[in-house]
Amino acid sequence: MQEDKKQNKVDVIVVGAGPAGVSAAVTVARGGKKVVLVERGTFAGSKNMYGGVIYSHAAKEIFPDFEQSAPIERFVERHSYVLLSDEDDCTEICYRNPSHGKNSFVTARGDWDRWCVEQAMKEGVYFAPQTLVKNLIVENGKVVGITTDVEDYYADIVIIADGVNSLLAKQLGLRERIKPGNVVLGVKEVIKLSEETIEKRFALYPNAGAAIELVGGPFAGMFGLGFIYTNKNSVAVGLGVSLEDLKNKKLKPYELLDTLKSHPYVSRLIEGGELLEYSAHLIPEGGYKSMPVLYTDGAMVAGDAAMLVNNVHFEGTNFAMISGKYAGETALEAFEKNDFSANHLCLYKKKLLNSFILKDLIAYKDVVPTLTGRSSSFLGYYPEKVNEFFRIFTTTDGQPKKEKFQKFAKNFFAKRSLSELFSDAVAGIKLIFGILK
Amino acid sequence: MDEKIPEKIENKLYKLKYKTDETCHLNPDLSKCLQCLEKTCTIICPANVYCYNETEKKLTVSYEKCLECGACRIACEHIDWKYPKSGKGVIFKKS
Repeated sequence: MQEDKKQNKVDVIVVGAGPAGVSAAVTVARGGKKVVLVERGTFAGSKNMYGGVIYSHAAKEIFPDFEQSAPIERFVERHSYVLLSDEDDCTEICYRNPSHGKNSFVTARGDWDRWCVEQAMKEGVYFAPQTLVKNLIVENGKVVGITTDVEDYYADIVIIADGVNSLLAKQLGLRERIKPGNVVLGVKEVIKLSEETIEKRFALYPNAGAAIELVGGPFAGMFGLGFIYTNKNSVAVGLGVSLEDLKNKKLKPYELLDTLKSHPYVSRLIEGGELLEYSAHLIPEGGYKSMPVLYTDGAMVAGDAAMLVNNVHFEGTNFAMISGKYAGETALEAFEKNDFSANHLCLYKKKLLNSFILKDLIAYKDVVPTLTGRSSSFLGYYPEKVNEFFRIFTTTDGQPKKEKFQKFAKNFFAKRSLSELFSDAVAGIKLIFGILK
Repeated sequence: MDEKIPEKIENKLYKLKYKTDETCHLNPDLSKCLQCLEKTCTIICPANVYCYNETEKKLTVSYEKCLECGACRIACEHIDWKYPKSGKGVIFKKS
C-alpha cells in the first residue's frame, strides 16, 4: 500500500479540464511542480456547454498570446438586449463597439477547452483524459488523493474543478444539496449558416460577432433568459431557465426553446439553418449565498464547482479561469511553506475576496433572491409594459396622444396592486443600493 | 407566434455523438415513483430520458440519451445519479 502510494504520487491533482481546471494546472506546472489534470471525457470540452463567451482579460491572464493560435470564432462587437413581448413585437437595446470589440469572443467549448489543454501540456501538465474520479481519498481529515475506475492516485493537494454538479465537493461535505432555485438549466442548439448570411442578418463586419440576450417571450415572468451568439459559420440559440420554474410550471426545456425559436425576432435570424448540435448543461446561479466552503485540508474548489457565476453580466468562464489560477498559486505557496492544511489554503479565499470575483459576487448577492422572488415583475410585467409603451409611441392612428398615454398610465397601475408596486420599488432600490454601497 | 408542430427531441439528439456505457448510470428508486405525483424527471430532462408508463406503473430510463446535465438529480432526491464511466456518454463538439 505504501509502495503504491509512492508510485502513484504527484504534487497536485486537478479534477476537471474545464477553464478552472486547466488554469489551475498550468499555474502549478509553471511553478515547477508535478501536476496531473484529470478529465472524464474523451477530450477536454467534450462534456462542456455554455451559453456564453470567453473573456479576453481572463484568457490573457492564463495564456498571454492566446490570440495568435486560439480557436476564436468571432470577437463580440454587438451586444443586444431584447425584450420580447408575448405577441410578435419586441424592444431592442443595442450597444456596438467596433474599435474596442476585443473584450470577449465566441468559441465552442469543444475547441477552446481542448486548445487550452494542449497549451498546458506544452508547459508540463500531464493530461489524463477518459478518467472518471469516483471518490476523493481522505486520510485523517485531509484529502490525499483520488480513486478512479482504474487506480488510486495520490497528491499533496487536490484542486476540485469538476463543474456545477461537483460530486466531489459534495463528498467532502463542503456544500449542501443544490436547490432547484439555485441552478438554471441551459439548453442550446448550434445552427449552421454561411458566414455571409450571418454577417448580413446580424449586420456585422467580417469576423465581428454578436451576443444577444432575450428577455420575456416564452419565459415571461420566469427566472430565465434566452441568448443568441454568432460563430463563424453557425449560430448558437439557447435559453437558461431556473429549474424551479421549469418544475413548477411543468415546462419541457426543449419545447420552450422551440417556442423561442419561433418568435419572429429569432426565427428570421436562423431561418434555413441546419441543426449541428443540441446540448444541455446546468449553470450555478445561486450567487454568493449558495457558494460552498472553498477549501479544506488538502483541497480547494474552483470554477462552477464553487458556484462562481455572475448571471447578470453573463460571467462565469472568467471567474473559472481566475479562480483556477488563484488555486494554483495557493498550491505553489503551500509547497514553499510545506503546509497543505486548511490553515494555509485559506489564502485561496483571501485571493478571491481581494479580486473582482468575490467583490462582484458579494455586491450582487441579493440579485438572485430578489429577481427570483419578483421575476413575474422584473422579467415579465415590466418588459411587457415597455413593449406596450413603444407600441403606442410608434403607432400613428389618428387618435390623440394624450388619451392613449393616459390609458396606458391608468392600465399600468390598474393591473398592479399598490402593494406589488411597492414591493417592486423596494426590491429595485435594494438591488441598486446593494451593488453601489 | 407561429403555430408550429414541435420538433421531436429525438431529432435533436440524433445529431449527437455518444459512446454508450454498458450499464445505466441513472438509478431512480422506482418504489418512490409510485407515490410521486409530479413525475418532475419526465418534464425537466432536456433529453427526455425518463418516461412513465401509466399502465405498467413503471418508469423507464433511456440513460443512453442522457446529456449528463444533472437536472434530474437536483429536481428529484430519489435518483442515484452518477457520471457514466470514464470516456463514456455524450460527446459535445460544438457547444
